[in-house]
Amino acid sequence: MAMNTDKNSYTVIFAIVMVLVVGSLLAFTAATLKPNIAENRRMEKQQNILYAMGVNGNEGDGDITFVSTDKVAADFSKYITKQLVIENGVAKEDNEAYLIDIKKEQAKAKTGGTRRLPLFVGEKDGKTFYIAPIRGKGLWDAIWGYVAMDENMVVQGTFFDHAGETPGLGANIKQRYFMDDFYGEKLLTDAGVFKGITVAKGNNDPKNEIKDDYEVDALAGATITGDGVTAMIKKDLRLYQPYFENLKKLASN
Amino acid sequence: MGLLSKKDAKLITDPLADNNPITIQVLGICSALAITAELKASLVMGIAVMFVLGIGNVVISLMRNIIPSKIRIIVQLIVVAALVIIVDQVLKAFAYELSKTLSVFVGLIITNCIIMGRFEAFALANKPWRSFLDGIGNSLGYAVILIIVGFFRELLGSGTLFGIPVLGDPIEKTGVYSLGYENNGFMLMPPMALIIVGLIIWVQRSRNKALIED
Repeated sequence: MAMNTDKNSYTVIFAIVMVLVVGSLLAFTAATLKPNIAENRRMEKQQNILYAMGVNGNEGDGDITFVSTDKVAADFSKYITKQLVIENGVAKEDNEAYLIDIKKEQAKAKTGGTRRLPLFVGEKDGKTFYIAPIRGKGLWDAIWGYVAMDENMVVQGTFFDHAGETPGLGANIKQRYFMDDFYGEKLLTDAGVFKGITVAKGNNDPKNEIKDDYEVDALAGATITGDGVTAMIKKDLRLYQPYFENLKKLASN
Repeated sequence: MGLLSKKDAKLITDPLADNNPITIQVLGICSALAITAELKASLVMGIAVMFVLGIGNVVISLMRNIIPSKIRIIVQLIVVAALVIIVDQVLKAFAYELSKTLSVFVGLIITNCIIMGRFEAFALANKPWRSFLDGIGNSLGYAVILIIVGFFRELLGSGTLFGIPVLGDPIEKTGVYSLGYENNGFMLMPPMALIIVGLIIWVQRSRNKALIED
């Protein structure tokens, strides 16, 4: 090779060219694929919300199965009757509520702003579901989910997901056996005080048959992820309690 | 093998046993500990590394005469990172479900020492085709260990393989659980992966004394 690759000038030029080439390649890929990725994310949100209220393709004991992507838009408008945004205790309808970024809203609340709380009202087989999004921290990265409740804040279904929990351990919050454990658990005490649900180690109820202990069985080897799930349930769902109290008042009037 | 010369075939077979990246060169241990609690994750990681190392080795090999030696490590890092990110973006756009499964591995692939090690030790000094074979061979050797470790950890830790229960139901006490067997939760912890890798190293070196260093 005739080129002297050890010269400083060559090294600098090489570095600059390499950065430009790789940078534009990455920028080009990101820009071309952006619409596809955004569309996938949008459908995923709809699938997740529907999953929490029990509209899914689950069969027997198998893995979690969402409604298929070609059906999700139709199913979403069929089952979700109302999309609400609660701001300062006032609920307003907003058909794009499912696109609200919970992370941004949480940050807003921290800096003193008002947080907008999306809530989705679904109807299935004559039953009404109230589905609220939650978001928190796992061991490595963000975890989030959707919790479907009835008007007494009894859990009717959940969906959890994560950005980067350990496969086989914390990542198992995305497994059906973990999500299904929450079904029927109460968030409020009999007196109507918000208590939440704890992901508990050693609650002596691995089959999760006791539904009024405010606890579900933890995952082996995933203590911090489990604590994260507990924290996001307690922190985010508490904010929805006034809405449910209002609902009751309206019903009794 | 008709397709490969004897010398080329050795590039594939050597890393599988006597020059295994994990048990002999002791590279890539971090990911071997992190993601082997499940067999499925082990397999996915093996395939992902094979993909990145195969292509990465070829790219580095093609550039080997123009890379300035002073910044070669940085160049290698950029090549891996760019490759992994592009693959991740393409998957996100066209195979969203698959990309969700893989997202955890992206960071682990970029920092996998085997990849940098092979770029540095092999691809910088060899032609593309041989570099490609070397990449495939080493990632196969890596995948084999991951799968062995994943097999034992998932079987003894959760009583399942690929998520399918094979030992009965631990809660209903069927299968071997009716005999009083319990899942060993400790198998799910990273230290057990290290112990299993240690056992593999022990078996391997006692079968081939030439591998023992003083």
